[in-house]
Amino acid sequence: MFDYNFHWRPVFRSLPDLIGAGLTTLEVAVLSMIIGTLIGLGLALIRMNMRGPAYWFATTWVELARNTPALLQLFFFGFGLGAVGILLSPYTIVLAALSFNCAGYLAENFRGGFQAIPDTQLRAARSMGMTNWQAYTRIIIPQVFRIVYHPLTNQMVWAVLMSSLGMLVGFRELSGETQALASRTFRIFEYFAVTAIIYYVIVKIILGASRLLAARLFRY
Amino acid sequence: MEPTATFFSGFQLNDLWFLAQAAWRTLVISVLSISVGTLLGIIFGWMLYEGKLWATLTLAPILDAFRSVPLLIQLVLFFNFAPIIGLNLDPFMSGLVILSIYCAALVANVARGGMQAVELSMRRAARSLGMSYWQDLRYVVLPIGGRAVFPSWVGVALGVMKDSALVSVLGYVELLRASQILTTRTQEPLLILAIVGLFYFALSYPVSRYAASLEKRWAS
Repeated sequence: MFDYNFHWRPVFRSLPDLIGAGLTTLEVAVLSMIIGTLIGLGLALIRMNMRGPAYWFATTWVELARNTPALLQLFFFGFGLGAVGILLSPYTIVLAALSFNCAGYLAENFRGGFQAIPDTQLRAARSMGMTNWQAYTRIIIPQVFRIVYHPLTNQMVWAVLMSSLGMLVGFRELSGETQALASRTFRIFEYFAVTAIIYYVIVKIILGASRLLAARLFRY
Repeated sequence: MEPTATFFSGFQLNDLWFLAQAAWRTLVISVLSISVGTLLGIIFGWMLYEGKLWATLTLAPILDAFRSVPLLIQLVLFFNFAPIIGLNLDPFMSGLVILSIYCAALVANVARGGMQAVELSMRRAARSLGMSYWQDLRYVVLPIGGRAVFPSWVGVALGVMKDSALVSVLGYVELLRASQILTTRTQEPLLILAIVGLFYFALSYPVSRYAASLEKRWAS
């Protein structure tokens, strides 16, 4: 029954490549989180404060991002836009699709966070003579940040996991690199096993860092 | 008139039927894996909640691994691992097994959260009234805890439905794979991706709306 010989040597030999690719994964995930957070914040504010076309645009974005598979979104940015002449590099495709997806999910988190802050706080800040901008950046958003911190961490983990889909559009992040190496040696199981462990470690590092940061940020 | 040989043909009406069949397959694998995963997840969640030490030492890290490794990697890994131990699984079975375990790992957390949401005093009261342990679980914990976490369970289920798109990587012709096959023939990726996106949207959006409205009604 068990006549398969494991060959780990080629995997270990290409471990530096895999770890380098892991850093690419992390880079894409972090960048898409930053872009996604900014857009998501904008979408949440638009959905709460505006009417008309802007509201519908933001709502459509959020619902599309949340109700279709991430892989479909990735294919849209890759093959869909490619068909109408917008040719993006694999890096840009993955970054765009991940940002689109993260923005949609984060917008809902932010909206929940904003709704948890009583209206009276904004009014109190305004009557103290703060401008709208000051009231938001100094009173509202710091409190919202505290509420959405945990969901943000989760989304960061999701971004890392989702970036593995880059493999399917030819992006050489951790999964793509693994696939390329595995198809050269046909040690598919061994390569992907090691990759799984690398992903696990990355996720654990993110969660640990987030916990440390939380202890530092939310001392009071 | 010279007959021109062409490999590509336009999008036809019976392609829509092809997509509908693929959507049915997406639905089948989703419903099966969500059902099995939920059942397993509730059992795991109960084990995490009740069995203190041994569960946290053995079960928790395993479930955690399934949540920290990208589903795509899990699928590829399992699909290549099954033949090693002498199992000959077709893409559908491999996808079903991994999706179910993945779903179970996510549901386990939700289920444990639900059990923790039931106040201990409530359960003690149930036991004092003469209910057995299982009666207490069935008639007290299930309705109260289930209600508390129902929205997050819907979120997990829809997530698994969308993630079932990844099974296409193994060669199971579900919705996304069908869209790729059609794209290769018709060279109209934007149109087909839009139709497929609409299919997913039509599956996911009503359910998430319904869950949101239920949540609102139960909260009041």
